[in-house]
Amino acid sequence: MLARIWALVIKEFLALMRDKKSRFVLIGPPIIQLLVFGYAATYDLNHIPYAVYNQDSGFASRQLLGDFQGSTAFKQVATIDNEGQIAPLINNEKALLVLNIGPHFTRDLLMHHPAPLQVIINGRNSNTATLALNDVNTVLMHFDLRWAQEHHWGKPPAQLVVRSWFNPNLLSRWFIVPGIVALLVLVVTLLVTGLSVAREREQGTFDQLLVTPMRPVEILLGKAIPGFVIGALEGLFIVLVAVFWFRVPFVGSIPALALGLALFLLAGVGIGLMISSLSVTQQQGLLGVFIFLVPAIILSGFATPIANMPEAVQYLTYLNPMRYFLIIVRGVFLEGDNIPMLWPQYWPLAIIALCSMAAASWLFRHRMQ
Amino acid sequence: MNLQRLRGLIRKEFIQILRDPSAIAIAFVLPVFLLFLFGYGVSLDARHVPIAVVVDQPTAETSAFVGGLQHSPYFKPEIYGSLHQAREAVMDRKADGIVWLRADFSRQVIQGKTAPIGVLVNGVDANNARIMEGYIQGVWQNWLQQRALNAGKPLIIPINAEPRIWFNPALRSRDFLVPGLIAVIMTLIGALLTALVVAREWERGTMEALMATPVTMGEILLGKLIPYFIMGMGGLLLSVALAVWLFAVPLVGSFWVLLVCSALFLLAALGMGLLISSAARNQFVAGQIAIIVTFLPAFILSGFIFDIQSMPAPIRFMTHIVAARYFVSILQTVFLAGDVWSIILWNSLALLLMALFFLGVTWRRSRKRLD
Amino acid sequence: MSEAVTPLHFADVSKSFARGKERVQALDHLEITLQAGSITGLLGPDGAGKTTLMRLATGLLLPDSGTVSVLGADTRSQANVIQNQIGYMPQRFGLYEELSVQENLDLYADLQGLSREAVRSRQQELLKLTALGPFGARPSGALSGGMKQKLGLACALLRAPQLLLLDEPTVGVDPIARRELWEIIQGLREKGLTVLMSTAYFDEAERCDEILLLHQGKLLKKDTPAAFSAPLDGRCFLVSDETVSKRHLRETLQARPGIQDARILANGVRVLCRTTTQPEAWAGESWQAVAPSFEDAFVDLLGASMATPDAPVTSHTAAAEPVQQASPMPPRDESTPETVIEVHDLCKFFGHFEAVKDNSFSVQKGQIFGLLGANGAGKSTTFRMLCGLLPASSGTLRVAGVDMRHASAEARARIGYVSQKFSLYGNLSCDQNLSFFSAAYGLRGALRRQRLDWARQEFQLEDYRDVNVDELPLGIKQRLALACALLHEPPILFLDEPTSGVDPLARREFWKRVNALAEAGVTVMITTHFMDEAEYCDNLVLMSLGEVLAQGSPEQVRAQARSEEHPDPSMEDAFILLIQNHESQIRRSS
Repeated sequence: MLARIWALVIKEFLALMRDKKSRFVLIGPPIIQLLVFGYAATYDLNHIPYAVYNQDSGFASRQLLGDFQGSTAFKQVATIDNEGQIAPLINNEKALLVLNIGPHFTRDLLMHHPAPLQVIINGRNSNTATLALNDVNTVLMHFDLRWAQEHHWGKPPAQLVVRSWFNPNLLSRWFIVPGIVALLVLVVTLLVTGLSVAREREQGTFDQLLVTPMRPVEILLGKAIPGFVIGALEGLFIVLVAVFWFRVPFVGSIPALALGLALFLLAGVGIGLMISSLSVTQQQGLLGVFIFLVPAIILSGFATPIANMPEAVQYLTYLNPMRYFLIIVRGVFLEGDNIPMLWPQYWPLAIIALCSMAAASWLFRHRMQ
Repeated sequence: MNLQRLRGLIRKEFIQILRDPSAIAIAFVLPVFLLFLFGYGVSLDARHVPIAVVVDQPTAETSAFVGGLQHSPYFKPEIYGSLHQAREAVMDRKADGIVWLRADFSRQVIQGKTAPIGVLVNGVDANNARIMEGYIQGVWQNWLQQRALNAGKPLIIPINAEPRIWFNPALRSRDFLVPGLIAVIMTLIGALLTALVVAREWERGTMEALMATPVTMGEILLGKLIPYFIMGMGGLLLSVALAVWLFAVPLVGSFWVLLVCSALFLLAALGMGLLISSAARNQFVAGQIAIIVTFLPAFILSGFIFDIQSMPAPIRFMTHIVAARYFVSILQTVFLAGDVWSIILWNSLALLLMALFFLGVTWRRSRKRLD
Repeated sequence: MSEAVTPLHFADVSKSFARGKERVQALDHLEITLQAGSITGLLGPDGAGKTTLMRLATGLLLPDSGTVSVLGADTRSQANVIQNQIGYMPQRFGLYEELSVQENLDLYADLQGLSREAVRSRQQELLKLTALGPFGARPSGALSGGMKQKLGLACALLRAPQLLLLDEPTVGVDPIARRELWEIIQGLREKGLTVLMSTAYFDEAERCDEILLLHQGKLLKKDTPAAFSAPLDGRCFLVSDETVSKRHLRETLQARPGIQDARILANGVRVLCRTTTQPEAWAGESWQAVAPSFEDAFVDLLGASMATPDAPVTSHTAAAEPVQQASPMPPRDESTPETVIEVHDLCKFFGHFEAVKDNSFSVQKGQIFGLLGANGAGKSTTFRMLCGLLPASSGTLRVAGVDMRHASAEARARIGYVSQKFSLYGNLSCDQNLSFFSAAYGLRGALRRQRLDWARQEFQLEDYRDVNVDELPLGIKQRLALACALLHEPPILFLDEPTSGVDPLARREFWKRVNALAEAGVTVMITTHFMDEAEYCDNLVLMSLGEVLAQGSPEQVRAQARSEEHPDPSMEDAFILLIQNHESQIRRSS
């Protein structure tokens, strides 16, 4: 029995690796996606283009603008001298925001009056706008503290002391890149397993397999193992790239990640085989993979937090294996998690893996006709 | 160009579309599916973020601050007895951050010293953490203001920002995601579907039979272009209708401008689809290429979710060859900002050039030959 | 168009393609002229360049050197003029499966630029000619192979072309449809149409006015069928011997010196001798000189390329099987035959459609048992049920004493199976396929090595060891598929349309192997729609629309169709007659 499974596994690997197209599908897109996601998928704002409309000639406004110029988050792109110029700058997306300093800015401040700073911001991309406003507020807060101290305004009764754990500089790359491990592992396992039975059906070799002494469970294992192995190798590769190329810290335990990856791969392989046994042609298999994959990625917390989703949708995410593995992989990379800490993620993942494998083998046996 | 032949080809294409469930699925079911998924599933607007609050010594001052958190729509505060328990809660992912008011908070506040408010956020999701920080700052400023108001003293913050958020004052992320999604959907119909149907003709051998008739290559190309152009515009109308009526995204600009720009983008997408299919004559390969060179870039490199400005320079440079980039810019502007001609014209020009380029190359490459 | 214009002229035409790193010479300095108003048949083994020649004639490919002119126009510069005047049916008929019959016709009428009025009457005419009238609204994807072929032909004929090019129009089509197609083509010739068609059937070749025989891109010979066979006068004989089976007779004849080829016919074994001197007849044999046919000429001309040693399958012995009796079965054992396959009242429904209706038959050990029938007759469905790939709706079936559907792995090791289109792993090499299947059948160690060596030698696969299966010609694929199915020495072999689409030489070679296997005691169950192959079977079942119309030995089946008009019907006549009777019965009863 082992010899037969082994032969099938070898055959699967050969079939995948000898074909230029499928070799490309396994190697090309993951690397492209890794690079594109690693570099392009970022929420971090650098060099926010801003314009200044300064109607004040005093030193306070100059000092404030100096703070902005000194911040790496901002980049001044224009200085304007009348209100009419604001609209074109924002409309044409030349500047994300315009700082409008009123004519009595320095005077007000010196007279201990609060001075307003109008910030006109392009809200087309609401996330960018929110983050840019936060950055403006941060600059202002520092300015305020300094000004209050230097000009004896009296101290505020309390002050925020913000510290962020695990990702002190709040780099979104640290968040996205470990997520890619989950994303690509899922994509690759689904592509390998989801199309494998359909491909044999299309070529007619599936019948040939069924008339051999192989048992369905042997065929199923022979199909599952390559998906598992390729997914694991690809996962390992991405982890290495994340650590050594993107320099994402890895502070947790390796066995914790390995266990999570194994369970996640089992779940992915099971789902892939389910799709595979349901589809007759590769086209259908591909469509099935696509239809599962897109919601699985979007509703996983990969790019946007699950907590922001409507409640009903949040319940739906409990069925999504990627949800759990994302927590595991980020937890291990950034938070230093070990196996006991991740227990609440392991068991649902194990249940999903079990159910999907069971469903796959049931479907497999019942769809053979 | 013979109109009868063209009419015959177009009619054939429509019959095929109507009788082939997978074409209907890609053209109409998938867009609705994606719109629902993104409209409901994707949101960058944090609401009711669970946050652990530790008050070492509850007093009137602390309850005022905690009250501020409780009244904020952004937070769902939970009181923990000790910092240790709060840390556990963060570790167990029951809370995304901690607000810690130390034992001497009230005393320092009353004595006129500046009391530190400890804020610890889980920085794993950097974007979320940043947004949370901003919200806590807001709560803090409100608290300061409220205190000053109660004390009858003017607020002592030297400068406060008065944000004027144009185009999307409520900062609803749906309002920018849904219009951008239209670009993804049109890419799907224009490039993926077109590449697949042409590849199918090669696979099934109908292309060979077609070519052996007096039909010209231009007619064959137009016979594909026109039906899928109409399909794409149908997909556009469907998406715009859902965006405006279901997701309540404002359409500030002119519908006709939107229509014309979409037509340009669709031509570019169709051009890419036809070009792909002229290189790949089987559906599997054509589908793969279409997803990698059109769908993924439209998703990631178009500014649809991730701001192009934030990307590193080489990637930012790369986005200039992504047609969807120009269309996303037009879409977000026309929907939210209105008819800003400078943006519309320049981006339309880029789309026009890309459409001409892809269609031109396709035209040049296609000969009535099998090799 | 005046008579002087040559319909098709190839002047010193060469064409090559890149395949991987090497270039394949598809056509090599070809010189061809067709005569106006004639039917020309294009024959040759796989990869001879037939399809390339067709495509060059349509202007869809351009020659590397030389010129192709069609109806006086050069394909390089005037492809459009040519495409306005020819009709072309590619191998897969070029139909849009989603479109109905009428819609396909309308589309091609539009593409040909025919006016609506002109086209109405023409379409009516063609629908009548092809008998597709009642199916106008049916999607062409739902038509049978024969109907698709006729529709493809109707589409190519819409404009009344000057030259009609048909690329293997009769592949995979049943005898009735083939006969109908020929009637149509002959009617067209009478109207002065020039036809060029490629075919794999010798009886079709005989009906052509002229035959082009291609081999490896070169024109081997171009002449009338009679001229092809004329040089073989006196070299052909029909041998019969009442005392031994025809199969055994063929084996012995083939092995004799001086005999180039021997094949089984309805009433004996047909022999092609190397010279006109008749070899000595053995005791009990009666030799009768017969007129040579085109098939003899084909074998004679291409015989050199079929490097088949005639050694029977040697090391395959049923003795190795634990279940079977110990000694290899001698040919024609007269002892009580053992029933290996038994089918009783077998039914299969797909939804409401009854694909197989109450079939019953049994197969004895060591027999070649044929399942014959048109496309959609239910052959493959029956076959798949026997192999355990489909559950039966009702009825019983036993293969080697068990129902394969619920059989243990050990029981399944007793059968070998070659599916339609030789399902092999296309991107694996020959060797990798063999070693995979050997492991799948549980062979290991020395036995495995020995069987692999045997397979490579027996089926002459040494040259192709590292070649990807996708790049192999169909004939080699067929050999490899058979080798894979025989690795574990199964006593029962299932072959599902193993000769469909394979060129004539490979077919002959294939049957030699199957004969040898049967002689060695292997039970062979085979489906085919080549009626001449029915003669190789010991017993056969003739199926139509899911029902068994006739069963028994080939003689018995033919006898069922014997009538006043057909005192000596061929298997094909019998098939057509029985099916037509059956269909008219159904019509009467409904």
